[in-house]
Amino acid sequence: MQDRNHLSDVQATNSVSLIENGLVEIPMLQLLDENGHETNKEQSPEINETTAKRISTTMQYIRLLDERMVGAQRQGRISFYLACTGEEASTVGSAAALSENDMIMSQYREQGALAYRGYTTDQFMNQMFSNQLDPNKGRQMPIHYGDKKLNFMTISSPLGTQISQAAGYAYGQKMAGEPAVTICYFGEGAASEGDFHAGVNMAAVLNCPVIFFCRNNGYAISTPSEEQFKGDGIASRGIGYGVKTIRVDGNDVLAVYAATKKAREIALAENCPVLIEAMTYRLAAHSTSDDPSGYRSKSEEDKWRAKDPIERFNKWLDGKGWFDKKATDAFLEKSRAEILAALKKAEKVPVAPIEDIVEDVYDTPPWHLKEQLVELKAHIAKYPEHYPKTSGRLK
Amino acid sequence: MAQMNLLQAINSALVTAMTEDEKVMVFGEDVGHFGGVFRATSNLQQKFGKGRCFNTPLTEQGIIGFANGLASHGSVPVAEIQFSDYIFPAFDQIVNETAKWRYRSGGQFTCGTLTIRTPYGGGIAGGHYHSQSPEAFFAHIPGMKIVIPRNPKQAKGLLLASIRDDNPVLFMEPKKLYRAAVGDVPETDYELPLGKADLVKEGTDITLLAWGAQVEIIEKAAAMAEEIGVSCEVIDLQSILPWDVETICESVCKTGRLLINHEAPLTGGFASEIAATVQERCFLYLESPIARVCGLDTPYPLAHEKEYMPDHLKTFEAIKRTMDY
Ligand SMILES: Cc1ncc(C[n+]2csc(CCOP(=O)(O)OP(=O)(O)O)c2C)c(N)n1
Repeated sequence: MQDRNHLSDVQATNSVSLIENGLVEIPMLQLLDENGHETNKEQSPEINETTAKRISTTMQYIRLLDERMVGAQRQGRISFYLACTGEEASTVGSAAALSENDMIMSQYREQGALAYRGYTTDQFMNQMFSNQLDPNKGRQMPIHYGDKKLNFMTISSPLGTQISQAAGYAYGQKMAGEPAVTICYFGEGAASEGDFHAGVNMAAVLNCPVIFFCRNNGYAISTPSEEQFKGDGIASRGIGYGVKTIRVDGNDVLAVYAATKKAREIALAENCPVLIEAMTYRLAAHSTSDDPSGYRSKSEEDKWRAKDPIERFNKWLDGKGWFDKKATDAFLEKSRAEILAALKKAEKVPVAPIEDIVEDVYDTPPWHLKEQLVELKAHIAKYPEHYPKTSGRLK
Repeated sequence: MAQMNLLQAINSALVTAMTEDEKVMVFGEDVGHFGGVFRATSNLQQKFGKGRCFNTPLTEQGIIGFANGLASHGSVPVAEIQFSDYIFPAFDQIVNETAKWRYRSGGQFTCGTLTIRTPYGGGIAGGHYHSQSPEAFFAHIPGMKIVIPRNPKQAKGLLLASIRDDNPVLFMEPKKLYRAAVGDVPETDYELPLGKADLVKEGTDITLLAWGAQVEIIEKAAAMAEEIGVSCEVIDLQSILPWDVETICESVCKTGRLLINHEAPLTGGFASEIAATVQERCFLYLESPIARVCGLDTPYPLAHEKEYMPDHLKTFEAIKRTMDY
């Protein structure tokens, strides 16, 4: 019988020496330097003109959307927003390397992946304005998107919970024989949660075709990554759990795209998890409730601004002769107008009618919820002016 | 005395506790240099150093497990869980460990010095992951105390008492009131007793009971009821566990009626426990069934937050129903 525990064959040593952190350092794949030049043409992924342009416009669109929505929050039109400025290459580049049937389970800063899948400006707006066209029916804060048709799992706020779930979802895909994988995004902060350790270990042991994509962007709210972990980042943990791992420059679309393509191939062919650690930087505030000037310097931000992923990729496009300044400007102009129009439209759409409040708690509302709804409606009918969002539409 | 908001009062309590006892340590996500996402721990790191006020990695189970170990050593941890909605990853550590450490070791070891601070509650357009009121889950575990202040003066006095109490305490802060509740707070070191309710207003016809941010709501309903000639006694429970059964029952025996208001869902909420106990002890004094005005049995919504909330109007209607029974 084969020995089940391969550690029983471990090589012996007679030297009392500890393996130190720093002995093994995982390098970072970079295929595009800061001037948009390819560093190794042989390893550069094949990206056709259409895909390349779609990546570029999606990144620019998302940056516009972020700017506009941060503004809308400041004007009090929405309650909350969370920008991904600086990290566009990580999420858009990785989404571009997937098949549309692959499931995306994201944290909350991955609007780029969703936009790449084709989520429309109206859809973004309806969710953010919590109106009755929001597929979440106005139950979650702005930015908690989800779309079944686009294979984008609805976002949940508690951090890290999607990591173990992604392992399970991917196992389901494998068992059903679907030619698809799951990608799971999370931050380096969320990688401290128990769910990270549980999820990556489960995926490794149960051979789940899942891509764990960590956006290591330097901060978890105000906590810098030095206070989040010791050791060689999140990538080394992948190795520790027996998971194939790659670290990439998260501001380099080519590197992110190439790594994700490869990860997908391996996950699918070998039924195993792959971990990608994308080294990037959160140029935006953590969210509209945050003020980063309290915990990091402007010069640090400027250093990263110089590594702007959008500019870097556009320089590459330009080198290929694929960058059309006029067309880009026209696209941006059109998107700006579209975003503003959609915003104005969505803020006028009413919230869901009050009957909705007891829906989706269970498959059908049990007696106690039905009773509570009857009481609530009678109460609203008595004080209609106090519940203006719903009182006009009582059924 | 100084004018402070609830956050400043909590900060003042932490400064007092850390100054007076060097074993007090304050930690959690973002609590270090930044002072926490709500700024309750502002300047503590500057004052007391990184050894005693620090950021932790982003892991609630880690924070409470760590705090349990630290407390069992005899240090005095004050751990922050950034939002009470995110206390659940630490549920195992709290329920199975914090609360039972003393019991399972025959009193040899304890986590009695631990205080867990966490903002809770709605009314801030936070949707269901920034609005929950999970006190009832923890009230079901023997071995913990649960405290909820409603104003700055209480917050400081109760937090100091919690930190110094020889039992683990879950200290829940109504985040809706963090900046909204402002009042006089003694700059001195003082404690308010745990397990005691606060009689906010005397009355003769009905007892209204709430805690945290909901006290304001029942006060508002009481004012409406006074206008139609109903005299309300208003009580802030302050401590969910152990709760002040004496004060409540005394009041109910006087007024003959009880209404309990809380933000958490009705079913299995702490009002159920109070109602059961009061009917057992005051049955013959009751003139009408005990009323509960609570959140609906749904997750906490966003767009329908106003409708969901057990607000002053729902409370006022329930007062009338109880009076007319
Ligand atoms: C379980 C849990 N704890 C705390 C929070 C509050 N919180 C929201 S975002 C955040 C920081 C996350 O940082 P990271 O995972 O690095 O992602 P980034 O925001 O940097 O993209 C925290 C602490 C939460 N949402 N869930």
